[in-house]
Amino acid sequence: MLTEASFYILPSVIAFTVGFAVFRKVAVLDAFVEGAENGIKTLYSILPTLIGITVAINMLRSSGFIGFLTSALSPVLERVGIKAELLPLALLSPLSGSGSLSVYGEVLSEYGADSTVGRIASVMTGSTETTFFAVSVYFGSVGIKNTGCTLYAGLFADFTAFVLSGLFVKMLM
Amino acid sequence: MMNGIWAAIIALSFVSAILTGNVESLSASVVDGAVKAVELAVKLLSTMALWGGIMKITERSGLSLIISRALSPVMKLLFPSLRDKEDIISVMSMNVTANLLGLGNAATPLGLESMRRLQSVNPDRSAASRDMIFFVVMNSASMRVIPTTVAALRQQHGCKTPFDIVPCCILTSLCSLAAGLSAAYIMMNGKRKGAPEC
Repeated sequence: MLTEASFYILPSVIAFTVGFAVFRKVAVLDAFVEGAENGIKTLYSILPTLIGITVAINMLRSSGFIGFLTSALSPVLERVGIKAELLPLALLSPLSGSGSLSVYGEVLSEYGADSTVGRIASVMTGSTETTFFAVSVYFGSVGIKNTGCTLYAGLFADFTAFVLSGLFVKMLM
Repeated sequence: MMNGIWAAIIALSFVSAILTGNVESLSASVVDGAVKAVELAVKLLSTMALWGGIMKITERSGLSLIISRALSPVMKLLFPSLRDKEDIISVMSMNVTANLLGLGNAATPLGLESMRRLQSVNPDRSAASRDMIFFVVMNSASMRVIPTTVAALRQQHGCKTPFDIVPCCILTSLCSLAAGLSAAYIMMNGKRKGAPEC
């Protein structure tokens, strides 16, 4: 039911925005065209960053590094009560949005959507964004080289989500 | 710093591909990665143009100001130096609104436009300002209220109640957002400068 309701979000936002603007006597299509042109220019400015980042992340995914790190760290994680099956997802989610969604799909197929592992993976995926992508593209678009502590803070947020998703699922579900 | 990380990822991939015997797939992944980036760019081209257009309409109609006034208590707390910069705060507020509604496609163009405007008041154009750091941390953590993509995937995998994770998601998102912002705050104040080297 809620899934169907969620289909209403996008059309409602567009219809309301345009309707409100017509009510306020805005030349809506002219405004749209002007804004769309800006959007296309912005895309052009992030394209080089996008290609560089995607190539590097794609290399990392196919290199077997994540599998290697998972098998190296799983004895430690099991000891502190964190499920090692979730580590590939946790490692990939700050790096690649499409990559982590496909790993998330694999976790659901293997363990089931209502298993504890499946639920924790769902909460993890539902409460993180692709940090590495956001930091590089957002700063890349305006040509900023010194990103300060943004990446560390973003990764700390992801780490918090990784730890708390397990905790909250066990406490509340 | 992103330069070093980029180089490190490539070096790490190369070494681990040799150690795990994955050189063949590594080789394929280089060209494949560039192709994926262009595919992503084509998708982004449509959303950037679409939401760029919608954003301009909301600005002309004054809707963006209404949204930014609704969010202003929170935004003023996080971005005190932008108190009088209504045009910047309004785009940032629309980015936050898009994130809350789960419209990830709309959040990116609005976020990039916010960055462009933040850059226009940035004293050092090569380094991130304090406001930019907070803003990007907000966007790299999650602000969404209802995780629609996750729920759809759970439903596909036979889950009858795909939304029963929502309370956990909201709690986790809020805590991780707070953790990210606190971490940024502590790291920046430790150095007492707008853009610390780290």
